[in-house]
Amino acid sequence: MIFARRAWSVVWKDLLVERRSKETLNALAFFSLLLLFVFQFALGPDRERLAAALPGLLWLGFVLAGLLGLGRTFVLERENDCWEGLILAPGDKSAIYVGKLAANVTLMLVVEGLILLLFAVFFNVDLAPALTGLALVMILGTVGLAAVGTLFAAMTAQVRARELLFPVLLLPVQVPVLLGTVKATEAVLLGEPLGAVGHWLGLLAAADVIYIVTGLLTFDFLLES
Amino acid sequence: MTRVLGWLAALALLAGLGMAFAVAPREATQGTVQRIMYVHVPSVWVAYCAFVVVFVASIAYLATRAEAADRLAHASAEVGVLFTGLTIATGSIWGKPTWGTWWTWDARLTSVAVLFVMYVGYLLLRGMIDEGERAARYAAVLGVVAALNIPLVHFSVLWWRTLHQPPSLMKPGPSSMPPVIVRALLVNFAAFALLYLYFVAKRVRLLRLEGEAGA
Repeated sequence: MIFARRAWSVVWKDLLVERRSKETLNALAFFSLLLLFVFQFALGPDRERLAAALPGLLWLGFVLAGLLGLGRTFVLERENDCWEGLILAPGDKSAIYVGKLAANVTLMLVVEGLILLLFAVFFNVDLAPALTGLALVMILGTVGLAAVGTLFAAMTAQVRARELLFPVLLLPVQVPVLLGTVKATEAVLLGEPLGAVGHWLGLLAAADVIYIVTGLLTFDFLLES
Repeated sequence: MTRVLGWLAALALLAGLGMAFAVAPREATQGTVQRIMYVHVPSVWVAYCAFVVVFVASIAYLATRAEAADRLAHASAEVGVLFTGLTIATGSIWGKPTWGTWWTWDARLTSVAVLFVMYVGYLLLRGMIDEGERAARYAAVLGVVAALNIPLVHFSVLWWRTLHQPPSLMKPGPSSMPPVIVRALLVNFAAFALLYLYFVAKRVRLLRLEGEAGA
């Protein structure tokens, strides 16, 4: 109970700061729009080609936005010299991890929803019938991405060349999540039942559990200094 | 002690070469190029063993904070990356004449490539941190995450390439090979394992001396 309250206070703090400054969200929203431009320029007007590439493009957008967003997990603490303040919070440090993870997942899902909307409007694709399946895949994938991302953000926060190191560490580890989400999204967009991609959803869920448990157990080691 | 290990490795490598070229038969369809298997397969086995050592040593470091465990993890990761690179290189050399291409996104090739970039990232992280104690701590966490990720990478890549779950997890193993080839493979594996131990012993000693000189 106390653990949940501690985690909640981190979530509340981060989301409140984000709501008032809208720093990350504004930039990511604009970035998402720019991504759409890039995808359009890269693929040209051919609708067939776009439809074939859609699941991959969608997740490319989510991952690129995620790399930028997740990399900023501890920017607030570092820039305002509150790192010590965060570490000095009483009790189990893994509560900080859970709080940061929950705040990250929330932020990422908002941005991903926006990207989805932009895809639907600008590429003129009807995503409505696949929305429930898509939401499930997005939640499973985003939790996996954010679970490792939050851990690695703490790892690279105090390291030189962190903007470079963060994606270089995160991308290879996220290969299973990327493959799983793209394959599942492909099936969902084709209108296949979720049962057809049950093994991918299982893999994503297993990845989420493994990543979160590892994060809970190892986060302590990253904060001591 | 290290020197003895080095000589043993050199002798075993010679024996392995002898087994691969003189004792093992020439493959009927691929010809002599198939003999690269006696380098290719043992290196990938040794690479996997090396990453298991990184995993165990990382946990040991986090539990005990013994610098020796950190040095072992560091050395084993370096040598593991070396052997993974060797696997990819020999695989390419083997693939060109037999498959007609240096590289294909086949399931096993992709898994090994992912493994390679994951542990290159591990070494990059180590290189970016100047304080030894923090480098050890962060690298140990990454060593644990990377190792736990290996099975996930394996299954995802397998399903990605084959679309369907394979009937059995066990690959057609050496049991389908003639015993003389199996023997040649095992001799080479022993030689590569000795070489791994020699490299790690050297590297651990070097890291210890570096630490002492820096302190």
